[in-house]
Amino acid sequence: MAAIAAPRRRRLGRLEPAALRGVIVREVVNFSSFWRSSTFSSTVDPTIYLLAFGFGFGSLVSQVAGYDYIDFVGTGIVATTVLFSGCFPAMYGTFVKYSFQHTYDAILAAPVDTEELVTGEALWIGLRTGVYGCVPMLVAMIFGLNPSWGMLLVPFIAALAGYGWACFGIFIAAKSQKIESFSYWQSGLLTPMFLVAGTFFPLSSLPHWAQVLGNFNPLFHCVQLVRHAVFGFVGWADVGHLAFLVGFALIAWRLAIRFMERKLIL
Amino acid sequence: MTETSAAIRMRGLVKRFGPLTAVDGLDLDVPYGKCVGLLGPNGAGKSTTMKALTAQVIATEGEVEVLGYRLPDDSKQARAEMGVVPQLDNLDTTLTVEQNLLVFAHLYRVPAGERSEAIDRALGIANLAARRGAKVEELSGGMRRRLLIARSLLHRPRLVLLDEPTVGLDPQVRQELWALIDRLRSEGVSILMSTHYIEEAERLCDTVTIMSHGKAVAVGPPHELIREHAGPEAIEVYGSPTRLTEIEVDARQRGWSTRRTGTSVAILRANGARDIDGERRVTNLEDVFVLLTGEEIT
Repeated sequence: MAAIAAPRRRRLGRLEPAALRGVIVREVVNFSSFWRSSTFSSTVDPTIYLLAFGFGFGSLVSQVAGYDYIDFVGTGIVATTVLFSGCFPAMYGTFVKYSFQHTYDAILAAPVDTEELVTGEALWIGLRTGVYGCVPMLVAMIFGLNPSWGMLLVPFIAALAGYGWACFGIFIAAKSQKIESFSYWQSGLLTPMFLVAGTFFPLSSLPHWAQVLGNFNPLFHCVQLVRHAVFGFVGWADVGHLAFLVGFALIAWRLAIRFMERKLIL
Repeated sequence: MTETSAAIRMRGLVKRFGPLTAVDGLDLDVPYGKCVGLLGPNGAGKSTTMKALTAQVIATEGEVEVLGYRLPDDSKQARAEMGVVPQLDNLDTTLTVEQNLLVFAHLYRVPAGERSEAIDRALGIANLAARRGAKVEELSGGMRRRLLIARSLLHRPRLVLLDEPTVGLDPQVRQELWALIDRLRSEGVSILMSTHYIEEAERLCDTVTIMSHGKAVAVGPPHELIREHAGPEAIEVYGSPTRLTEIEVDARQRGWSTRRTGTSVAILRANGARDIDGERRVTNLEDVFVLLTGEEIT
């Protein structure tokens, strides 16, 4: 083996495509070994919610906020999928790779830095979420949701929100010393956000303080944007929803990098 | 990047974790094409030193240069040109041998047209070609270690860091890995290897840095360290604990060094004294280590 290569002199920068590609390739190759279980949980769970609420509440309530209830839930449940497919895999995946598999030690020994590691992993989860996010909407179409051109934007909205939630999940994993700590995040933050997102009932039916808090919930903005993409945009309000999702993704991204660096670089 | 004569040049490395000083003013040089061993017991600071070389540990004080790149600022460039074999197995166990190598061929930026050849070459070096389609979880411990080494060689590194490469392996597998490491060394790859196996350091390393409590307590080729610190011969004296204590006291009064080795006392630097009854044996690096640090290597 001619082991000694000629020295490469070029300086390597930040967020290099080659490093991001390497991280994503690792994720894709690994995904080939668990895509069935991941796809099952990411699509079946929201579909069950859709069917349970759609037909359960749907039998009691015909219309909500001017929409047929199955249409209302069918579009709103996209945000649930985003949470299930974006945040939770990032939380558990990051923690397992850090604590049990020591995967990050191997990746960071290669020419990859923490910023590229976090960004690559979140991009892949965001991409997956963009695909999974469409599943409940497609199921809703079977039950009467009318197709529209705006639906073509839903994968992009789900991918953007999924990226933000993936980064937030990585942040949670970086902040947690033990996997048991996830219970606090799930019960104390994620479950309330999941419920106060306008998925199953409109925020307007809640007390004023809950409505105000709901406006700071990225899931709410995801729900609104998806719903409006499917049924018709409402102008600047949707620009605001989009801006909120972009802002959430940026903040979560930087938080994830900052706290992962603290965890990985001693 | 600066040109230096050493693949690794470390000066005054200090790493503190709160009140704990893991590495305390370490100087280390790994000349190009040489194999240097970091020898010390658990907790001596070996792994912290190794991680400082990939910038996974940032020095509190001191200077670190790897392949002419100053760390931590240029660590990414340095990592592109070196391979790392970690102490802990961090392979993707649900993937096949080939998939693991493919992933790291991407991470190490092996050009697309060369990836297949790089994987074949690495599999050949590690003697794993027949297992390329096997899942890692099906491999033995020795095969996994060989795969870790293969993974570190995909991009033809100029420097390889081996962190306790044979820890936990049975003697036969350890010898197989020694042959593999020796092959790298003979081909001109610069190697820094941390180990707490004396025999490993003696057999493979051109020079050894003995670490204790984060400091280098001796540096040099193994045979020179042995000659300098332990002399040519040790006398192993067996007896009751009381007898061994008497022997130790007597030896110290005569200016010799001793070390307890279980049920015996080894007398060192006795210059072939004939009035001592005991088994004569050749001194080794372990004698040096115990003499210098007062610690047994476990």
